[in-house]
Amino acid sequence: MNSIVSSNIARFIVLILIQVIVLNNINFLGYINPYIYILFIILYPIKNNRLLFIFLSFLLGLTIDLFLDSGGVNAAACVSIAYIRPVILKFVFGIIYDHQTVKFNTIEFGQRITYFSIIVLIHHLILFSLEVFNTSQILLILKKTLFSSIFTIILCILITILFSRKNK
Amino acid sequence: MQQIINFLIRNKTFLLFLLLFSISLLLTFQSHSYHKSKFINSANFLTGGIYKSANNIKQYFGLKKENETLLEENNRLKSILYNAEKGNSKHSYLNKNTTNNYKLIPAQVYKNSYSSTNNYLTISKGEKDSIKQDLGVITSKGIIGIIDNTSKKFSRVLSILNTNSRINAQLKKTNHFGTLTWNTESTQLVQLIDIPKLAPVAIGDTIITGGRSTIFPKGIGIGEVVSFKLDETENYYSIDIKLFNDMTNIGHVYIIENLDAKEISILNQQDE
Repeated sequence: MNSIVSSNIARFIVLILIQVIVLNNINFLGYINPYIYILFIILYPIKNNRLLFIFLSFLLGLTIDLFLDSGGVNAAACVSIAYIRPVILKFVFGIIYDHQTVKFNTIEFGQRITYFSIIVLIHHLILFSLEVFNTSQILLILKKTLFSSIFTIILCILITILFSRKNK
Repeated sequence: MQQIINFLIRNKTFLLFLLLFSISLLLTFQSHSYHKSKFINSANFLTGGIYKSANNIKQYFGLKKENETLLEENNRLKSILYNAEKGNSKHSYLNKNTTNNYKLIPAQVYKNSYSSTNNYLTISKGEKDSIKQDLGVITSKGIIGIIDNTSKKFSRVLSILNTNSRINAQLKKTNHFGTLTWNTESTQLVQLIDIPKLAPVAIGDTIITGGRSTIFPKGIGIGEVVSFKLDETENYYSIDIKLFNDMTNIGHVYIIENLDAKEISILNQQDE
């Protein structure tokens, strides 16, 4: 139990640092940045205290906002995906989720991609809608969402493959 | 009463979500209006410190480029200096103004964003270097933005690449002035609006700051005209301007303090 707590704390800090120091300076093609800090929310243990989980997500988003001077857009997006995560989990994993036995190390590749994509897309859509905050620029919002999502999903999957422990 | 408490307990997750979500929305709305994002900004002890240490490492990679820019600027200033001795110091805002009523403070950029719609920079000087809100920030090539928030050791600059930014600017050859805005489409282009139809605008014209605000002295370069068209009312031009500065690559900046700003604003208040 203790190792889960400490590994989550470490993940929280490391992801924030990587995000603000490295990834926000990529600006691929001018505006495309991956937002991999949401890996914390994606990989948070399934058996959890939901109140704590939502609060931690809020804290994560707010810290990112502090660094990026973006008001509260990341916080809003993070809280939303943290709140609806159980619904997505149920949709993607179905019966396994009901038994609370999903392990992110062992799930198959297709399910992993679906799960990541749904969360990342929702997060980015909320993030960019609030950031641009102008209905006349809906095309810009969709463009940013699409390209940044692709970038984020690929990076998230690569990272989880790289850092997953081998199960014997 | 019992029922209310039961309701609260049953829906506690949703209520917490609603609470946190509305807090973040509130912060978002505040950040959309100028001078209101007091709490959540990168000019504080924690974020400023982290950006500072990251910048210490990053600096080494840009040393060569940075040296070239400084050399270029030295060169330009020297030529102004030597020309001034001969008695014609017309085109030197730096030389002319530092001796009179503008004070320049050098600073380093710790963080620079340009990919979102509201961009800010974090720089290395703060209240203890007598930096205040509403001072102008420039480089040797042109303007960067306006100080928007300060802490003890750091301050945040509202970049011209920000939809909230409104800066007074004018044509160099005539005195027609307008407002500088940004439409988020390119980091190289900003828009100058409200230039009257009568103004003789041409492609390639230089745009400079107008002396109408107390923030920037008149005559600091902004960019040159790449295209222009009349707006919907057919009375004003909306002009696309290519910036002299590469906003994606800024190392050192100068903060301009107008020592007469207080006097001028008191005078203006008397007017109203």
